[in-house]
Amino acid sequence: MSNAVSALQGASFDGYCKVEEAGLTGMITLRGDLASKGVAKAVKAVTGAAMPGQGEVTEGAKGRVGWMSPDELLLIVDHAEAAAIVEAATKSLGDEHSLVVNVSDARAVYRVKGASCREVIAKLTPADTSVMQPGMLRRTRIAQIPAAFYLEDDETAVLVCFRSVAQYAFDILKDAAQPGGEVF
Amino acid sequence: MSTRLAQGGRLIDRSKPKNFTFNGKRMKGYEGDTLAAALLGEDQMLMGRSFKYHRPRGVVASGAEEPNALVNLGQGERFEPNQRVTTTELFDGLTCTSQNHWPSLEFDVGVVNNYAARFLPAGFYYKTFMAPAAAWKHVFEPIIRKSAGLGQVPTEADADRYEHYYHHTDVVIIGGGVAGLASALAAGRSGAKVLVMEQTHHWGGRAAVDGGEIDGQSVDAWIDATLAELEGMENVTLRTRMMASGVYDHGYVLGYERVADHTPGDGRPRHRLWRIRTKQIVTATGAIERPLSFAGNDIPGVMLASAVRDYVVNWGVSIGDRTVVVTNNDDGYRTALTLKEAGLVVPVVLDARSEATGPLAEAARTAGIRVEPGRAIAKVHGGKRVTGVSICLQAGEGSALEEIKCDAVAMSGGWSPVVHMWSHCGGKLIWDEAQAHFRPDPNRAPTSHDGEAFVVTAGTASGAMSLAETLEDAYAAGKAAGKAAGGKAIRKAGPKADAEEAQPMAPVWIMPQGAGPQKRMKMWLDYQNDVKVSDVQLAAREGYESVEHTKRYTTLGMATDQGKLSNINGLAVLSDALGQEIPTTGTTTFRPPYTPISFGAIAGEARHEIFQPIRRTPMHQWHEDAGAYMEPVGHWRRPYCYAKPGETNEQAVNREVLNTRENLGLLDASTLGKLIVKGPDAGKFMDMMYTNMMSNLAVGKCRYGLMCSENGFLSDDGVVARIDEDTWLCHTTSGGADRIHAWMEEWLQTEWWDWKVYVANVTEQLAQVAVVGPNARKVLEKLNAQAGGGMDLSAEALPFMQWADGKIGAFDARAYRISFSGELSYEIAVPASQGRAFWDALLDAGEEFGVMPYGTECLHIMRAEKGFIMIGDETDGTVIPQDLGLNWAISKKKDDFLGKRAQQRSHMTDPERWKLVGLETLDGSVLPDGAYAVGEGNNVHGQRNMIGRVTSTYYSPTLKKGIAMGLVLHGPDRMGEVISFPTVDGSNTVIKARICDPVFYDKDGEKQNV
Repeated sequence: MSNAVSALQGASFDGYCKVEEAGLTGMITLRGDLASKGVAKAVKAVTGAAMPGQGEVTEGAKGRVGWMSPDELLLIVDHAEAAAIVEAATKSLGDEHSLVVNVSDARAVYRVKGASCREVIAKLTPADTSVMQPGMLRRTRIAQIPAAFYLEDDETAVLVCFRSVAQYAFDILKDAAQPGGEVF
Repeated sequence: MSTRLAQGGRLIDRSKPKNFTFNGKRMKGYEGDTLAAALLGEDQMLMGRSFKYHRPRGVVASGAEEPNALVNLGQGERFEPNQRVTTTELFDGLTCTSQNHWPSLEFDVGVVNNYAARFLPAGFYYKTFMAPAAAWKHVFEPIIRKSAGLGQVPTEADADRYEHYYHHTDVVIIGGGVAGLASALAAGRSGAKVLVMEQTHHWGGRAAVDGGEIDGQSVDAWIDATLAELEGMENVTLRTRMMASGVYDHGYVLGYERVADHTPGDGRPRHRLWRIRTKQIVTATGAIERPLSFAGNDIPGVMLASAVRDYVVNWGVSIGDRTVVVTNNDDGYRTALTLKEAGLVVPVVLDARSEATGPLAEAARTAGIRVEPGRAIAKVHGGKRVTGVSICLQAGEGSALEEIKCDAVAMSGGWSPVVHMWSHCGGKLIWDEAQAHFRPDPNRAPTSHDGEAFVVTAGTASGAMSLAETLEDAYAAGKAAGKAAGGKAIRKAGPKADAEEAQPMAPVWIMPQGAGPQKRMKMWLDYQNDVKVSDVQLAAREGYESVEHTKRYTTLGMATDQGKLSNINGLAVLSDALGQEIPTTGTTTFRPPYTPISFGAIAGEARHEIFQPIRRTPMHQWHEDAGAYMEPVGHWRRPYCYAKPGETNEQAVNREVLNTRENLGLLDASTLGKLIVKGPDAGKFMDMMYTNMMSNLAVGKCRYGLMCSENGFLSDDGVVARIDEDTWLCHTTSGGADRIHAWMEEWLQTEWWDWKVYVANVTEQLAQVAVVGPNARKVLEKLNAQAGGGMDLSAEALPFMQWADGKIGAFDARAYRISFSGELSYEIAVPASQGRAFWDALLDAGEEFGVMPYGTECLHIMRAEKGFIMIGDETDGTVIPQDLGLNWAISKKKDDFLGKRAQQRSHMTDPERWKLVGLETLDGSVLPDGAYAVGEGNNVHGQRNMIGRVTSTYYSPTLKKGIAMGLVLHGPDRMGEVISFPTVDGSNTVIKARICDPVFYDKDGEKQNV
């Protein structure tokens, strides 16, 4: 896998928050009946995480699980393990109607670090960032592109978007984090 | 003359002088000045010229309502026209110039319009420039365009940056005067999350100028104490320099924050647009004083009484040594008293009321000021500034009783609450007879999704005219809003002021009330657009009854100030002329923005490289580095061709076609849509989405498919692969991926919600490369040989229209044996993270096989040579598959598919529908794209009959001639016939083309099946 690179290969920018591309991140879309035991079991087996409720992201030993829609989860795992996890989850789900698909490379991931990380993102997303706490996830947009974000801790926001617009996402985050742009 | 007083000015810091220039002249003001105050402090009364008559214009107000004093502000990349000096903060190095005059402000040729004013009444343009029609374009419009306009258009790109900020809160309080602050106290104490916005840079509004006591303290002291309390509340956010631009549905408010207008170039965003969601809105927007309509009320030096007072108290600037005050209410006396206290002369207060008995009038008399009840201004003397007034009886026709020398006139026609924010979302108004103004009707508030009111007014904005009433109303409004937004009920008492006695005001719409036509032609309603009392009366005589029509006919209130001063006066004059009550006439519509906001703020960050997202494939950078000529495909940028040095794009395209047909070409096909469809009902679903049968496609195989809209029109196409028993992978067009994904989801979510099918868009997960040409297999086998990949790519193991998973070289790959070019071709998908490395490896390994990348134009030519259709070329939303001879791809066995029933409609089965054929010109030339073929005779409109059109046309380097496809009447039945395509390039020539088979190259497919 030495040929594999992320979209911006770890680009970073120091503004009044630090913006950095997180590099290769494993991501899996799982669609199914989120109320079913089979889905919960498969999720637990491959990530160690409990099923998230609406607007939540949970964490386990091997990854995170985010609630994306009433029938869709996002599994955030190690990039190198993603293909094997897709296989394991699919197997665990067996005959249960579901779709597990590797989308690791369809995405770009950014970290916005700093005490004002909520403020920087609030320049781009209509979601209410002030109420966001670790453990919550919002699927929303930033400026003109779809995105989702959650907080790893009080000063680190993780933002996920599509890979093709990785440069745009980085550029608008940079713009939002420019020194002098502090709102408060 | 106007001047800076030796003392006073609560907002300025005299220890911090600021230098600026006006029309190149160096001037000085102080920190805290508005540009208006600084200009007046330097005796610059004349600031511009009016729009129509080029009349001299000076400042008339002290805030956002100012219609006159607009300047060109800044220069070069920070130049901006039409900036109100009353809302522009002074800063060191500010430069500005006056507008709408030539050659100079003092001597303006355009003023000739003024002398012709009697020939330029309302509707002049409408009446004059009716005919002849041609004259409009060539004579009238150019002249009008030249003479119109206030400021100049900027010529350089804007140097500043802008941004948006999304804010969510419980209560927004619009206005930071004492009403807004009292509301904020109540709402803040309720525990609700509160945002208070004030458009100026200072808190407290005009109460400190007007005087009085709150809770036993001076107004200034109360403001300071209240701010301190509010700043101590964690749930309260205070912002100055932020104007509410508009109130919209569901508690949406736009806040326009002028972050760095007063500190240009300091690296901060110039403006920030706050996009606010709130549960409740309190409008504490105060009121605007109305001018009085007397002859000459537009001469520089005639100002609102409140503004005259503001300049003295806030900025230590006097408008003149001798100021005549003219009023119809008690508040005007405050100005007289303020001026007197400042050591200035007030020769007389003219009170249009028949008697002046209020405490303020008494105070004026006690101060030794001459008070004349029942008097009016007959005429203001002066040209570029006031020199005196003639006074007369308000009840009479205007015979001058006396002439009084003065250099300023302070007028007060009463106060109109600022109802804009209340009205934007449908709040209704009531006419208050006593105050002669429209004020919000609390029983008809704007309502939100739940039918409940979400806007409440506070203080003067509600119509409260005294400090005591204002505070009581505002505190109650804040309390109510806090509670409605989920805060707790509070019992703590609000701020109090002593009740004041006042004599009722008297509505005065024309001064004197019996003024004749000569005087009415000199009474300005709209200063900026030069609309006078006589214009509105003329409109009424000509039959304009609706205030909205009159507004447009006369341009009353249509200038950049949107009629903040002229609105009520204008509609009162109209009502009088129509002989009806003012509420019957009603108001015009209040629309956002409250005052103009910058385009920069609206655009936010969307400029330059982040104007729009550009989608990039994993190989995008390589294409750019290789100098590819890129073309937009949706939001993607795709290489059109890769021209080498010295090569034209056309030469490059031809080279790419020939090389791909003879050797080896690589296409970055990553943009191709890839959708996974999975589930027990996926086969049934696929059969509905596609016109052909997909449920019976064998695992491991590929099939070309068509998708139609429910109206039968061809919508998208692509190759479908069966991945396993219940999984299909659908390729869509590059531009169609998101649309088709949404299309599938729509059917699954709204119509077939009980079908067990999931769809995922994996377009960006995979980088896809088309490896095309006679050497395609060789280069892939070489990669396998180099790095030990295991995929068998032989014709036997992977025949045409099949796919396989495995390793190609070091890459995780899925290979499709499909061909859009007619050559031996593999489309290889690898994870996007490996895409660039795979592309590099192919180029490296392919060198000995003559590899060259090719772009979208080469792709188009090769598919056209093979007669393959392209969505968007052969289709345009009106074409069905049957038109394109694709009947073979429409299942006759299936009960249903999207579009099936529509395709059975009579118009769809009409044999007269144009059908796809090939076209070859007799002389080998290339047909123009979109050219029409003509038939015999004319249609009912007298136009030449058309019998077909070109849908795709190219020069084929393979065949060395022009080739084309087109839709032609009875086309397939007319093989060999020659039809005519007249050109439209002016040469009057006709191109002849023969109808032929659309497959120009390798009809039997021998090249791809190797």
